[in-house]
Amino acid sequence: MPEVEIRRPFCCEYRYMARFSPLTRMAQVFTTPHSPEDFLRLVNPLSSSRQLRGIVTEVIPETEDSATIRFHPGRGWHAHEAGQWARIGVEIDGVRQWRSYSLTTAGGEDPAITVTAIGAISEALVRNTKPGDVLFLAPPQGDFVLPEHPRPLLMITAGSGLTPVMSMIRTLVRRRADADVQLLHSSRTLDGSLFRDELQELADLDHGLTVKHWITSEQGRIDLSGTKDLDAAVPDWRERATYVCGPTEMINEAEALWKAAAREHQLVIERFAPVILPGAGGAGGHVTFEKSDKEVDADGDTTLLEAGEDVGVVMPSGCRMGICQSCLVPLVAGQVRDLRTGEVHGEEGQLVQTCVSTAAGPVHLDV
Amino acid sequence: MTATAQRLDATVPDAKTATPARRRRAILPTEGHPSVRPPAAAHLSDEQVATMAVELDAIRDGILASRGSHDAAYIRRVIKTQRTLELAGRASLVFASFPPAWIAGVGMLSVAKIIENMEIGHNVLHGQWDWMRDPDIHSTTWEWDFVTPAASWKHTHNDLHHVWTNVVGKDRDVGYNILRISEDQVWRPWNLGNPLYNALLAPIFEWGIAVYDLELDEVAAGNKTKTELRRDLRAMGKKVARQFGKDYLATPLVAALTGSFVPALVGTLTANAIRNVWAHAVIFCGHFPEGADTFTEDMIDGETRGDWYVRQMIGSANISGSKAIHFMTGNLSHQIEHHLFPDLPSNRYAEVAPQVREICSRYGLPYNTGPMWKQVGSTWGKIFRLALPPKGHFAKA
Repeated sequence: MPEVEIRRPFCCEYRYMARFSPLTRMAQVFTTPHSPEDFLRLVNPLSSSRQLRGIVTEVIPETEDSATIRFHPGRGWHAHEAGQWARIGVEIDGVRQWRSYSLTTAGGEDPAITVTAIGAISEALVRNTKPGDVLFLAPPQGDFVLPEHPRPLLMITAGSGLTPVMSMIRTLVRRRADADVQLLHSSRTLDGSLFRDELQELADLDHGLTVKHWITSEQGRIDLSGTKDLDAAVPDWRERATYVCGPTEMINEAEALWKAAAREHQLVIERFAPVILPGAGGAGGHVTFEKSDKEVDADGDTTLLEAGEDVGVVMPSGCRMGICQSCLVPLVAGQVRDLRTGEVHGEEGQLVQTCVSTAAGPVHLDV
Repeated sequence: MTATAQRLDATVPDAKTATPARRRRAILPTEGHPSVRPPAAAHLSDEQVATMAVELDAIRDGILASRGSHDAAYIRRVIKTQRTLELAGRASLVFASFPPAWIAGVGMLSVAKIIENMEIGHNVLHGQWDWMRDPDIHSTTWEWDFVTPAASWKHTHNDLHHVWTNVVGKDRDVGYNILRISEDQVWRPWNLGNPLYNALLAPIFEWGIAVYDLELDEVAAGNKTKTELRRDLRAMGKKVARQFGKDYLATPLVAALTGSFVPALVGTLTANAIRNVWAHAVIFCGHFPEGADTFTEDMIDGETRGDWYVRQMIGSANISGSKAIHFMTGNLSHQIEHHLFPDLPSNRYAEVAPQVREICSRYGLPYNTGPMWKQVGSTWGKIFRLALPPKGHFAKA
C-alpha cells in the first residue's frame, strides 16, 4: 500500500516510545540533558528515546520494480495484526520522509513491507535499501483486519492493494483448517503480479485458498459498477465477508455495489490513494487549526501566523521575519507558499515557518 | 524603526487592544532605505543595497538547494565524536587521582563540552538542522549541556539578538547588561569596572548567560511579568539541579570508588571553566572587536532587507584560522556569514565566506576578520577603553 491518507507529524511519535526502565532513569543522571539512549546509540543503532527504529534484515526482490524488505523493530513496536499498516521513515538526501506501508508478513511475525517503486520514497526503498540499514517506524495501526470469527472470505485487490491481504492469507492458510478464502487479484500482467509463486503454492496446498488472477492488459479493469464480472468470477460473493483494497474508483464502485445488494455490512475497505486537497492554488486558502479547533479563510497576503492569531489560536511566534524558527508548526495536510521565495511546498509532518508562509489552497495545521 | 517595533510588539498578546483588521506583510521591504544608513555603508545607493540583497539571497538559495545527505552525515559524525569524547572523558575522571587520567579526562570533557555547546547545541537550536526532520537533532527537541534552558536562550538569542543585532537598547547582547561595549552606551561611573567584570564573567560565563536569559531588566521595566519570571526560574532551577547532579555529584561519586572523589570534582569544575572561558572568548569576538558597528533604533527605521544584511555584515566580526579553529568555535568564526544566514548548516559557512567577502569588497563594505589573538585582544582593548568616560564627558556635565 503506497500511501495512506492518515498522516502525522513527527512530534507525535514520542508517545509511542516504550516507558523508561528504572535503570535507564538512573543512567540519565550521567547523560542529562541527553538520554541514555542517545549514548547507547553509539553501539546500538536502534537505541532512541524519541524515535522508534528498525534494522533491515533482508531485502528480497519480488518483481522488476518491487521488493520485500524485512526488518527487526526496536523497543516500542508492538506485533501487528494481519492487514495493518505502519508508517515507515527513510532518509532521502538527508531529509526524513515518511510513507505508510502495509505489513505483509503473517500477524505477529517480524514485520516486512513489500514496496512497488512508484514515487520517490518507494523508489528509494526498493532500489537503495540493504540489510543493516536503519528504518524509522511508527507502530502498526489500521482497522482493515480479519473478522473475529471464521467465515467464508472474499478478497478483491488490485496492484499493490494485495499487500495487506497477503498478510491475511499468510495468517489464515496453513494455520486454520477451516479457512475459506477466495482471492480475486487484478494486475496488469501475470508476470508483474506480486507474490504470484507463493500464492500458487498456497493454493496448491488445498487449505482453503482459491486464487483468481484478473489481467487488465487482456481483460480490462474489473467492472464493479455492475455484478456481471463478479458473478462470473465468484458466484457466491454475496455470502462472503469481503475485503477490498485498490484504487479509489474500485473502492467507490464496490461500496455502491455492496450497498445496492444490501450487503454493506459485509464489506471492509482500505483506501491507499493520498488525499489531495482540492483547490491547491496560490491565492490563499482555508486554514484549519486542528488542535485549537478553529478555521479561517486567509488570503494570499496573510501569513499563517497572522491568520491563526486573528482567530485567537495560541500560535508560537518569535521574530516574525523568518529567522528564529520559533513559530514552527507541523503541517498535517495541504500546501503553503513561502513568502520569501514564492515557492509552494507541503510535505507530511513538515514544520512550517508560519510567519513567512501563506496558505496555497486548503491547509491543516497541527496547532 | 517603527515598523519592526510594531512587529515585535505584536508577539505579546494584548487583550485590551482590538486586533487590527489588516496586518503588514511579515517580511522587510525590498525598496526604500533606513532613516540613516550607517557611515560604513553611506556611499551605497538604495539600488545598490537592493542589488546586493539579491546577490546574498542567491548565495543562500545555492546552499539550500545543495543541502543533502553529505551534510546530514556531517552533523551525525560530529555528534557521535562528541558523545564518545564525553563518555571517555568521564570514564577517565573516575581514575582522576592518577594525574595522567585527570589531565586526559579534563581535556576530553572540556573539548566535548565545547563541541556540544558550539558546533552542535548553538547551531541545532538555531534550526540549522531542522530540514532533516530528525527529532533527535531538532531545534524543538534539543537541550544542551549549559545551565540556561534551551527555550530561554532561543528567545533572547534567536528572537532578539539575531533580529536586532547591535542595535543599542534593543539587542541586549550589546554588553549583556553589565559591560560598556559601544560608544552609543552612556558612560556611568560603575563602567570603570568594565575589565574586572569581564575577567570575572569569563570563567562563569554559562551562569552569566543563564541570569541574562532571565531578563531581570525586562521584569524591572514591567515588560516581563513576575509569573513569566517564576516560570523561567523554575525551568532554570530544574536544569541547574540536573547539571549539578551530573558534574558535581554523580561523576565524583563514581570516582569515589577509586578514591578519586575530590580530583574528579575538581576535574568537572575545571572542564566547565575551560568551556566557559573559551565560549566567552569566541562569543565576544563575534560583535565586540574594534570596527564592529553598533546602531541606534532611530537609524534603522525603515530598514530594507538589504540594509538588514548590511547591518549584520558590518556589525559582526570573523575569526580567521585553521579548520580546527572553525570547528572549535562552532563555526562562529564565520560570525558574519552566520548573521547573514543564521539557519544555514554551520558546515557550509566556510564555502559561503569567500563569496560574502567578495561582495563586501565589491560594495566597499568592511569585512572584519583576523586571527583569534588579534580579535580577543581588540575586544579587551575596547573593554578597557570604554571603561573610561568619552572625551568631554565631564565638560558637558
